[in-house]
Amino acid sequence: MKKRFRQGGGVLLRVLLFSLLLTLVFTLTANLLPQVEGEAPVDREIDLAALTLDGFVALGETIFKGKGTCTLCHNDMGRAPDILAIDMVETAKEHLADPRYRGQATTVTEYLHESLVDPSVYVVRGYGKKGSNDTISPMPAVDKAPIQLNEVEMNAVIAFMEAKDGHEVSVPLPDSLPDDAPEPAGGEPAATATPVAAQSPEEALGKHGCTACHAIAGSEATLGPDLRSVGARLDAPAIRQSIVDPDAAIAEGYDAGLMPADIADKMTVSELEMIVDYLLRQRGGQ
Amino acid sequence: MNKKPQLSRWLPLLWLILALTGLSLTLPSVAGAADVSATTLAERIRPVDAGGVRPELFAPEAQAGERIAMPAPRLKREDYPSIGVSSRSVVWVIAQMHLFFAAFVLAVPLFVLVIEWIGVRTGDPRYDDMARECMKISMTAYSITAIFGGTLAFALFLLYPQFMGYLFHVFDRQVLVYAFLFFAESAFLYIYYYSWQALRHGNRKWVHLTLGLMLNTVGTTLLLIANAWVTFMMAPSGVDASGVVTGSIWEIMKGPLWNPINLHRFIANVAFGGAVIGAYAAYKFLSSRDPKLRAHYDWMGYTANFIAILSFLPLPFAGYWLMAEIYAYSQQMGITAMGGILAWLFIVQAVLIGTILLAGNYYLWSGMSRTPGARRYYWLIKYIALVLVGSFLVWVTPHTLILSADEMKTLGGNSHKLLGPLGIMPAKNIAVNLMLIFTFLSFQLFRRSDKEVTVSWAGFGNALMVSIYVVAVVNVVFAGVYYGYFTNTVYKVGSSVIQVVSTLTVIVAGVVIDSLMFRGARKLPTTWGQVSNRAQYALFALPVAFTWLMALMGYVRSSVRTHWHVYTVMKDNSPDNYIPTIGHAGNMMTIVTVLFLLFVLFIFWVASLADKKQPKPAFLDGGAA
Repeated sequence: MKKRFRQGGGVLLRVLLFSLLLTLVFTLTANLLPQVEGEAPVDREIDLAALTLDGFVALGETIFKGKGTCTLCHNDMGRAPDILAIDMVETAKEHLADPRYRGQATTVTEYLHESLVDPSVYVVRGYGKKGSNDTISPMPAVDKAPIQLNEVEMNAVIAFMEAKDGHEVSVPLPDSLPDDAPEPAGGEPAATATPVAAQSPEEALGKHGCTACHAIAGSEATLGPDLRSVGARLDAPAIRQSIVDPDAAIAEGYDAGLMPADIADKMTVSELEMIVDYLLRQRGGQ
Repeated sequence: MNKKPQLSRWLPLLWLILALTGLSLTLPSVAGAADVSATTLAERIRPVDAGGVRPELFAPEAQAGERIAMPAPRLKREDYPSIGVSSRSVVWVIAQMHLFFAAFVLAVPLFVLVIEWIGVRTGDPRYDDMARECMKISMTAYSITAIFGGTLAFALFLLYPQFMGYLFHVFDRQVLVYAFLFFAESAFLYIYYYSWQALRHGNRKWVHLTLGLMLNTVGTTLLLIANAWVTFMMAPSGVDASGVVTGSIWEIMKGPLWNPINLHRFIANVAFGGAVIGAYAAYKFLSSRDPKLRAHYDWMGYTANFIAILSFLPLPFAGYWLMAEIYAYSQQMGITAMGGILAWLFIVQAVLIGTILLAGNYYLWSGMSRTPGARRYYWLIKYIALVLVGSFLVWVTPHTLILSADEMKTLGGNSHKLLGPLGIMPAKNIAVNLMLIFTFLSFQLFRRSDKEVTVSWAGFGNALMVSIYVVAVVNVVFAGVYYGYFTNTVYKVGSSVIQVVSTLTVIVAGVVIDSLMFRGARKLPTTWGQVSNRAQYALFALPVAFTWLMALMGYVRSSVRTHWHVYTVMKDNSPDNYIPTIGHAGNMMTIVTVLFLLFVLFIFWVASLADKKQPKPAFLDGGAA
């Protein structure tokens, strides 16, 4: 009897041990994978009194990559057009002129707004719902659940889409919040502390101290490379990289580490693009 | 006697007709059913806020003002009761335990009825005994299901009272139907089990089979009703954007995901039930030294594994349908599951399904030692193993990795140049289809191993079967590579249909050809019980992996709602409204799996107690004491 009990108990223990070990393998697999939490979107309070255009653009970028969940599809994976990689203002003009366009918009701003609230008015070829022959977009209307952007938030996204490629922002700054604006939920204010952006490239170069070291915009400084003919040497991505990551490539005869690594962090999106565009036009003899 | 027509034989069919008629009468009539057919599929599955089915067409009750127009509550964080620990974790554990046991007790009677019926057809009493033994295990599990069900209801009302209030408002009297069916399920279950011996032979056996059919009809209806609650939370229908009920109960139940979930859960439950019964048989096999008992439990384990693997094979296709419907309902929801934060969980899923297929195959190969006829096929096993392991490795290869800048520089990007292409869906579709095809090959070899074919066209039959395998494998690989890597996204998705059809063709053709070719085949000797102890551990690996897999996929299904209790209708503003890390979720799944295993072992022990009889002590007979 005792032997039988030992035998049964032994099997029970062995089975339990085997099962636990197998479970451990699955647990380890789950714990070895990248650990990312998916946070619920936090509605941010917008302080209209302190809102600047750059703050508005920055808010649009935050919504685009956060609450709007735009990057879930609009990325380089091919699920939807990669908005961050294409010029949306130019693209909007093309779509407006396309006979397949079925909306009411006449301007780029109207088109961008329309594409947010009624995405099916123009479906990019190859991205329509299966079986719809590219007449129905799989994109949800962003002013409805589950995304629920309000007018101010949608305008901020439009401002971001315009500004990211160096275009003038055409949507006006909001002067009041819509009735359905989300109540503040304890999130940090997103658009209150943004500095006032420079209005011209010369002003931006001076504001961020570029002229203190570089010969540009009237400066004859020699601490850094002469930028008066930089447009003939570098293209836009290379100029942008040299600002965002100054030590990525060092000009001959100059030391690494002299230029502040965080200089781009202090610039607004429009300032950075303004400076890149200005430097690209510097081809010597001007 | 058997040749005489007997009314009792038609009782099961009669009952089924009555049950279905009764069910259709109990549900509120679908006003404007013709109107439903007039709408397009796209309109019917469109999110409730996007102007889908117009409520005025389908909501006579709402228009008549019989129900209060109650929108979904808009809760703030402080509205949620707090008990000091995570409410979600509490509900997670209890709900998962309830679901495990519910899946088991709903599944077992399904295949028990089939086994019992086979027993009647063949006249072999072993089937009847095995069917009854399966039910014996299910009886204890049923009580545990009810205990966890009650606890779950209590926990939900305690921790999410407004949400439960809203759900009860939406489903209204349907909840009472559920309660009634639960009592009916209990009644049929007890009568079915306890009347087994009393209704064992002749006409009485048909009465017993009818009871089994009633039990399964009620059980499956319970499953469908509970599924409607779940799918309403994922893809609500029959309510407007604010959550006000606008449709009949039928429109609320029949959301776009209801049928895909119904099918998926039904098949998965049977596979899960088979796996747990297989573990019971393995436990009894290992615990016994009696050759007769070992032979019985070896056979029982084989049958249970047969049920589990056979049900498991079509499961990926049911899953594919479910995901396709999720994408059709909301691409955002689909991407959240398959391409967003939850996508990494599919690596764990690959490990789990790989474990199931490897364990299932290993058990089949080990089982071939029962008959000398299997030696003919031994040479093939190593190639099958090679394909399975290779496919498994492709399946678990991730595409993109979260890396540091240095690691990314070394790797030349966030995915490896050579291994990166193996991480995307086309490669995984090839892998999973090959695994299924070769698992079926193992199964086919196993089934053939104790038979010697006698038909004259055996050579042709074999050649046909081999050619079907070759064409299917070429199809799966070609469609995956060509459409997956050299065409755009639309065709990538389309290619999986070709692959699925190829795999299903192999399975269907294999079953048909073998059933014709082995008709009247010479039976080779099979010695039940002549199988290694090691093979029994494969039968334990199956339920462990199945349980973890159910926990995982249930978690994914539930998490695609993100921060919504009812997607697009009722927001979740509780402190737990975020998707936890994979590690945290994995730890929770392990907790529920281990808990379930402990309960299952308890059930095995309780079931074995019923077979034991204490010998009368000597002192009661006036002995030495």
